Amino acid sequence: MSRLVTQDLIFDVPGRSGGTALNFAIEPGQVWGVLGPNGAGKTTLLHTLAGLNSPRSGQVLLADQPLATLRRRDIARALGMVFQERLDGFPATVLETALIGRHPYLSLWQMEGADDYARAEAALEKLDVAHLRDRLVSTLSGGERQRVAMATVLTQAPSIWLADEPTNHLDLHHQSAVMALMAEQAAEGRAVMMCLHDLNLAARWCDHILLLYPSGEACWGPRDTMLVPSALERLYQQRLATVEVNGAPVFVPVQ
Amino acid sequence: MATRLWQPLGLLAVIAIAAMLFSLTVGSAQLSASQLWAVVQGQGDALAGTMVIDLRLPRGLSAFAVGGLLAVAGALMQVLLRNPLADPYVLGLSGGASIGALAAMLAGVGGVLMSGSAFLGALVSTFLVFGLAHGSGGWTPSRLLLTGVVVAAGWGAVITLMLALSPAERLPGMLYWLMGDLSYARAPWPPLLLLMLTCIVLIPLGRSLNVLARGPQQAAALGVDVRPLEWGIYVAASLLTAAAVTTAGSIGFVGLVVPHMLRLLLGNDQRLILPACALAGGTLLVLADTLARTMIAPEQLPVGVITALLGVPTFLFLLYRSR
Repeated sequence: MSRLVTQDLIFDVPGRSGGTALNFAIEPGQVWGVLGPNGAGKTTLLHTLAGLNSPRSGQVLLADQPLATLRRRDIARALGMVFQERLDGFPATVLETALIGRHPYLSLWQMEGADDYARAEAALEKLDVAHLRDRLVSTLSGGERQRVAMATVLTQAPSIWLADEPTNHLDLHHQSAVMALMAEQAAEGRAVMMCLHDLNLAARWCDHILLLYPSGEACWGPRDTMLVPSALERLYQQRLATVEVNGAPVFVPVQ
Repeated sequence: MATRLWQPLGLLAVIAIAAMLFSLTVGSAQLSASQLWAVVQGQGDALAGTMVIDLRLPRGLSAFAVGGLLAVAGALMQVLLRNPLADPYVLGLSGGASIGALAAMLAGVGGVLMSGSAFLGALVSTFLVFGLAHGSGGWTPSRLLLTGVVVAAGWGAVITLMLALSPAERLPGMLYWLMGDLSYARAPWPPLLLLMLTCIVLIPLGRSLNVLARGPQQAAALGVDVRPLEWGIYVAASLLTAAAVTTAGSIGFVGLVVPHMLRLLLGNDQRLILPACALAGGTLLVLADTLARTMIAPEQLPVGVITALLGVPTFLFLLYRSR
């Protein structure tokens, strides 16, 4: 299982002059939450970590190799990305969509085999969308599509998950189920980093937190040192009340 | 899994061969199946042999190659631009080729020089559109599409101007070329070999194209080198279209509608769609050309008219029935 390390990374947000140089390591077994207001650059950070955007300076190391020197195919075997936005190119079924997660493992002339199908079907089962396997993705609801996207990355079986708001469009039950899946992935020795808007999901499921301010400033560390009301109030420019439920803090916005 | 690919391709290949044989037997002199068989074996009367081997076969093979090239180029453009309305000519390629060909006709040259002039026009247009769309930043599908459409409109105006200024006796030939005409296609092998080569290269890339159709970022995250692949598609589709247009003028409709028909029937796996396009596009154009040279024989119709007349109702029927 591999780790993802940033070295003096300043990611490139158009129109932003500076920002904190990021030096953190996402280790196997950890679940990181990225918190920040709209437009702070959470998605851009995730894309930079995935090698989809070039950083302004510094670099990202995947298993101690600079990301820029690795082939995309090798990156895709180690690192999976759940996108916030998805394009409907041409109509495709749910099963076909999950199967593209096997793309980085198949050679040019190879067709998907029984093993690939089994992995895709198991992933659909895990995300509770197996009954939709022959439906066209374009006919699904937002939450169902979100789960299909998660199933695609589960089929890809990366050792590092980068998930951009994985609970988008999901009902409460499936929000919990998806977060539990992320925790399960980490428990099996994978590393997870996700952008979240829900402070309480972050408090409940993440062990590390990165706070991203619109100015480009950032701070990161273990959850309990990061999720302090004063820092969060400054982050969101919003007053918060904190209560405790089952031993975990719950943050509620107040007037 | 593999049978899912080979069954429809096998069926399409059988239909293609049947269409080809049909086109060899019909025309100003009808041949029976036994007469055709005699010609194939090198027997039978010499006139029938000459007619089939020297006239109908090269023309039929050219039609097949051109139809296949256009359909494959259209399917590639649709994936590249992620736009179902894209066709091989969407980037102004046929306009550039037409101006090259018409200029050659105006200068009174034909044959290889005219083909060369058309090919040159197609390439100039391709590079012009790509250069303009690229601009100072990178290109995006919508910018490429808009640039292509506007450049094509510009070529259209120049073509109209050339037609208006041309001497009347040259007009029929020019109009036929503009609508697509296979009567001068005598060298089927270059486009046919190009078609086969393209299919061999594209089938292993099909899965990457499937992923690319879901957007460049998703494709990159799944291990596709997006920029080289997109460049490759662009160059390949342009080259295929240029070869097709050079052989038979700008035949419309095949490149837009054949990929769509096949997607409605067979789904969206490019590994299946691209070779199926080669077979079905070729078949459609062989049949259309057979009709074009027989319907009002001894006069000939422009084959582009027939592809549209055959293709429009078939396509609308499939679209109406689809979910």
